Amino acid sequence: MKNDKLASGPVGDMQRKRTRRNWLLSAPALVVLAAAASGPLLIVLVYSVLSAGEYGGVVWKFSTDAWFNVVFFRDIFDGTTTLADAHMKILWRSVRLSFMTTLITLTIGFPTAYVIATRPRETRSFWLFLITVPFWTNLLIRTFAILEVIRNEGLINIGLQMLGVIDKPIQMLYTDFAIMVGMTYVYLPLMVLPLYASMERLDFNLVEAAYDLYATRRKVLRRVIIPLVKPGIIAGSILVFIPSLGAFVTPRVLGGGKKMMLGNLIELQFGAGRNWPLGAALSVTLLALVMAALLIYVRSTQSHSGSVR
Amino acid sequence: MAENRGTGQEKAEHSLPAAISAQRVTKVFGDGKNKVLALDDVSLTIEENEFFTLLGPSGCGKTTLLRLIAGFDQPTSGTILLRGEEISHLPPNQRSVNTVFQNYALFPHMTVAKNISFGLEMLGKKPDVIEKTVGDMLALVKMEALRDRRTDQLSGGQQQRVALARALAPRPQVLLLDEPLSALDYKLRKEMQIELKQLQHDTGITFIFVTHDQEEALTMSDRIAVMHVGRILQVGTPRQIYNQPSERFVADFIGKSNFLSADVLAVEGRHARLKLSSGQEVGAAIPDGMTPDGSVTVVVRPEYTQIFPKSNDAGDLQGVLENIVYLGTDTHYHIRLPDASIFVTRSQNQCKVTEAFRAGQSVSVVFSPDSVQLLRC
Ligand SMILES: Nc1ncnc2c1ncn2[C@@H]1O[C@H](COP(=O)(O)OP(=O)(O)O)[C@@H](O)[C@H]1O
Ligand SMILES: [Mg+2]
Repeated sequence: MKNDKLASGPVGDMQRKRTRRNWLLSAPALVVLAAAASGPLLIVLVYSVLSAGEYGGVVWKFSTDAWFNVVFFRDIFDGTTTLADAHMKILWRSVRLSFMTTLITLTIGFPTAYVIATRPRETRSFWLFLITVPFWTNLLIRTFAILEVIRNEGLINIGLQMLGVIDKPIQMLYTDFAIMVGMTYVYLPLMVLPLYASMERLDFNLVEAAYDLYATRRKVLRRVIIPLVKPGIIAGSILVFIPSLGAFVTPRVLGGGKKMMLGNLIELQFGAGRNWPLGAALSVTLLALVMAALLIYVRSTQSHSGSVR
Repeated sequence: MAENRGTGQEKAEHSLPAAISAQRVTKVFGDGKNKVLALDDVSLTIEENEFFTLLGPSGCGKTTLLRLIAGFDQPTSGTILLRGEEISHLPPNQRSVNTVFQNYALFPHMTVAKNISFGLEMLGKKPDVIEKTVGDMLALVKMEALRDRRTDQLSGGQQQRVALARALAPRPQVLLLDEPLSALDYKLRKEMQIELKQLQHDTGITFIFVTHDQEEALTMSDRIAVMHVGRILQVGTPRQIYNQPSERFVADFIGKSNFLSADVLAVEGRHARLKLSSGQEVGAAIPDGMTPDGSVTVVVRPEYTQIFPKSNDAGDLQGVLENIVYLGTDTHYHIRLPDASIFVTRSQNQCKVTEAFRAGQSVSVVFSPDSVQLLRC
């Protein structure tokens, strides 16, 4: 009751004015957000329930075919329906490779970030600069560089052959392994930077305190450092996992046409496949996967911080 | 100085092993132009069950010495013994020494109880032993009610107590405290000084306490080491440090002192006749191990002197009263001596007696030969 009186009084007026002004000020951002994020998303969502045009594009006729085709495969000849094996395989490969990439970048990135964060303050920016150097070249060029290293006549195979370790070149290119190496190389900085940011904020007195209280190096890492840099671990993992899941340049170059990931599959539908609704439905599937991954991350961090031991 | 060090070391060799013994420890940081000599040939013996204080201005090397004892850094040269055993090569987790950090360094992701039990868990103690010890420690520092709080929800004083309990829980042979009270406000600091001293007495653990606050050092310590630019100038009980400072820096850093330069006229046994630069002649007791000759410095504490209205039968010093500073408990008189220097005397105020002196008046000062300290220049 008191609030009502206040709201109609001069104070309430001022507050309302302020709220209105805040909305006005954030309007440009909201418009951009709506136009650039929600708009395209909405289009994709709508396209996924339309029919495919004969030469690409969509026909404005409602159809659930695209969604059906994401999961099932209908044989043209006998009309039987089976699970879309190819799609499931690609989906599984995408999730598996992205997960592995995240794990490997974390394994390599953690000590890297730790070493940088424990350098003298003056030299840290230099090391960080080195980490970001690969970003200076185009993604495609970086990927081709990896290709040069691992292809059959590449650096590694030639080197090993010259040393007499192997007779025949090891087939690395166009395998899952190649894709993983490529993605690890490309996304490593995205893991190192957030890890470094949280390690730099870490109070190293705490590390010394744990060490002083008879903790072994391993225990210091497990009981003090990892719990305290967890925000960086989570941020880095998200930053690597999500683009890995949608990657298409790296799997295209290093996986050839054979080892497709979700990104390639989607690209295929919008290009040679001429099935835009299926491409749209696959995109939405990818989005849902990413959301699910994020949700799991958030859940796991909440339950952990609730019962810190 | 050199003689003092020699005798200290010999004593340690004959008695039980000392809690900590530092022998000719030097620590150099950096190299080339950035080279810092943080500790310069420091030798020190700290006895079992002692409340020992490292006192000195900021940057004199106190933290460096503690970090060497804790094992966070290695000495550039020299050795450190813990109960007679060399520990210089051992990492911190293998020394029975715990540290209370200046900023407490409590684990922010653990509760109070978990912080305290950390060291015990790392030592692999049994759960029931840990449970009991944590309970005892919480009681010791009066924090039972807050055992399940997170440490970032505690006040400075409470964090201080948790840090103490955490470091004491594994019952180290030596506890290191790096300016643990400097972040607390004045009143809390005074309370904690008494509590810390009591805690040391109750636990029987050797405390090595670092401070730059001379009053704190005098209040709490069994013995004090006064440090200055990486060197230990003097080690002694608070009384020795205050009454028989071995160097001008010590006399100046601890309490207030007047410094008078004088020439030695005659030496009779342990007593010297001196001629002050103002022309006055005074007597002074000669401290042990000193043979005064030529010119010396006389250290006079303001409270060991008495001020009188000027009379013709001398006194030890004469001058003009320039300033009277009333401080409630006592009054400081600033006296301009004939050589233009200022001499301060201090007298305790009697009950409500009105001021007997006024500025501009000629006065004389008297002090006893036993209350002054002689220094070689
Ligand atoms: N890690 C370090 N690198 C370089 N110089 C240091 C380092 N630690 C301390 N010093 C220098 O050593 C000297 C003593 O420092 P410290 O022991 O921290 O003094 P205190 O604790 O008495 O204030 C200072 O001059 C300080 O700058
Ligand atoms: Mg210090």
